[in-house]
Amino acid sequence: MISFAFGKARAARLDAEGRAAAQNRTLWGDALRRLRKNRLAVVAFFWIVMMVLVALTGRMWVPIIFGDVMYPDSTIAATMSRLPPSWQHPFGTDSLGLDVMGRIAYGAQMSLSIGVIATMISTTIGLLLGSLSGYFGGLFDAVIMRITDMFMAVPYTLFTIALLAVLGPGWVNIFMAIGLLGWTSICRVVRSAFLQVKENDYVSAARALGASDFRIILRHILPNSIASVVVYSTMSIGTAILSESALSFLGLGIQPPEPSWGLMISEGQTWLASAPWLVICPGAAILTTVLAFTLLGDGLRDALDVKGN
Amino acid sequence: MQFVPVFIGVTLLLFAMRAIVPGDPIRMIAGEKSIPETTYRIIVERNHLDQPIYIQYGYYMGDLFHGDFGHSYQKGRDVIEIFADKFPSTASLALGAILIEIVVGISAGVISAVKKYSFIDMLLTLSTSILVSMPVFWLGMLLQSIFGIWLKNLTGGAISLPISGSGGPISAYPTFLHYILPSVTLASVSLAFTARIMRSQLLEVLSQDYIRTAYAKGLSKRDVILKHALKNAMIPVITFIGIDFGTMMSGAILTESVFSWPGVGREIYLAIIQRDWPIVMGGVVIIVIIVMTINLLIDISYALFDPRIRYGSKKAD
Repeated sequence: MISFAFGKARAARLDAEGRAAAQNRTLWGDALRRLRKNRLAVVAFFWIVMMVLVALTGRMWVPIIFGDVMYPDSTIAATMSRLPPSWQHPFGTDSLGLDVMGRIAYGAQMSLSIGVIATMISTTIGLLLGSLSGYFGGLFDAVIMRITDMFMAVPYTLFTIALLAVLGPGWVNIFMAIGLLGWTSICRVVRSAFLQVKENDYVSAARALGASDFRIILRHILPNSIASVVVYSTMSIGTAILSESALSFLGLGIQPPEPSWGLMISEGQTWLASAPWLVICPGAAILTTVLAFTLLGDGLRDALDVKGN
Repeated sequence: MQFVPVFIGVTLLLFAMRAIVPGDPIRMIAGEKSIPETTYRIIVERNHLDQPIYIQYGYYMGDLFHGDFGHSYQKGRDVIEIFADKFPSTASLALGAILIEIVVGISAGVISAVKKYSFIDMLLTLSTSILVSMPVFWLGMLLQSIFGIWLKNLTGGAISLPISGSGGPISAYPTFLHYILPSVTLASVSLAFTARIMRSQLLEVLSQDYIRTAYAKGLSKRDVILKHALKNAMIPVITFIGIDFGTMMSGAILTESVFSWPGVGREIYLAIIQRDWPIVMGGVVIIVIIVMTINLLIDISYALFDPRIRYGSKKAD
């Protein structure tokens, strides 16, 4: 009797544990648990959160701490020009006497917004065309694949430069150019995920039950292939930030006096020998931010068990 | 062969861009000065600029098939001649970079796969992540300031490397030294990707049954990896390196900008800025031809690494 009661209590406990575990046993629950164990990915995540906060709130507090970082005060510019890093100016000052750290904080807004919006554009286009192409195949697929071939035959940088030369520089045009030209790789990722998932029995079952193409894509295939999209988009935010910095470096991106990390590097190039912090600091901002997106993407890939290249 | 649709697509896209780009290229050549009406008419007629865009496209394609890549608006030279000038420096830079990529990338990938999850594997994996997250032009400048300025001052000029593509007619350095920093910069991102692909491919191959068989036969680890595993893990790596070589041959705008390297990429970039469309068109056409040819060579090279892949009249199963 006692042993029975004990057994019952144990069974109830096991049952509760089982149910609690079952509640977490979704793909995303599992992934989150695994991601939390990846220390690099966690650090990367918090770095990104910090950068996003700086980008969102920077315009409010940067001028109070570092003074005006866009328009120099000409009366003191000469004495403030290219001061090495100090307590007052942790990253030094640039040739106009503006605080480099403050300008980097301003630039975070440019880089992150362009990275995120460009990725949203390229992911939307890639997801749409990739899923249709993978699901329907045939002529549509052939045409889309030839278009992606075309984009791959010409270096990406060259295409963005040409498109920006047509559109002209500016914030909107940069994320348009990066987003409109960056969809081909995500399109291929989605297409191959669709080709794999399409063969599963549950898709045939759904079709046998009379589900429409639209419903099969949206309810059955997409949820099972979205993991690779999430991984790829995370990394592609970093890539978009790199593209923006390259375009701004070449003078086609963000225009002065608005600070952008790439533009700051190109402005600092002249003083590379005498004031290396003008190049090193904005570059380090790009490196750490892009690295954070790369590491988070890597972590997500391991956590979601997506097969990468 | 996918060549024809890609080729037509790229040229059409460029023509469409040219049609909507603001600014009259001929007036831009003249700059501030006004241009005599008769001269203007001559240039317009010579380039068929008064015709509708699809007729211009027809003329352009016709000329291309005769080997005529057009004539620069601003430089007064044939496009093909301009690229013949620039191509050797781009090709030699690409060769240097691809060598670094093959040697360093593949060995790093093999080492991290063999010593999976060891300290050195984690170090290499993190380094590849750092390399792919770095702006190429920034890396170039860091190398310039380390080797061209900092070490030079520190050692009184004993250890230093040239920081630009050419040292003028009288360079203080032997020619090959000029290649080191630009090729390292150009190779950086690609070698990181090569190492990553090599690692994951090799790990996958090493978990196969025939590798266990090879070990069971009593082969040493070295033999198993070099003779059995590596060959089978090579195909994706070769694909990547090949595509990358195509990209490098078509010029590296950023690396060339940082090191003032007189290459194809910079030429096309400047032509885009100056709206010198014949150079842009010709350059992109040449790039597409190079990239496509290299892709074909990659496809053929698969047969060397995997005897199951065979080309020719006999149908492979």
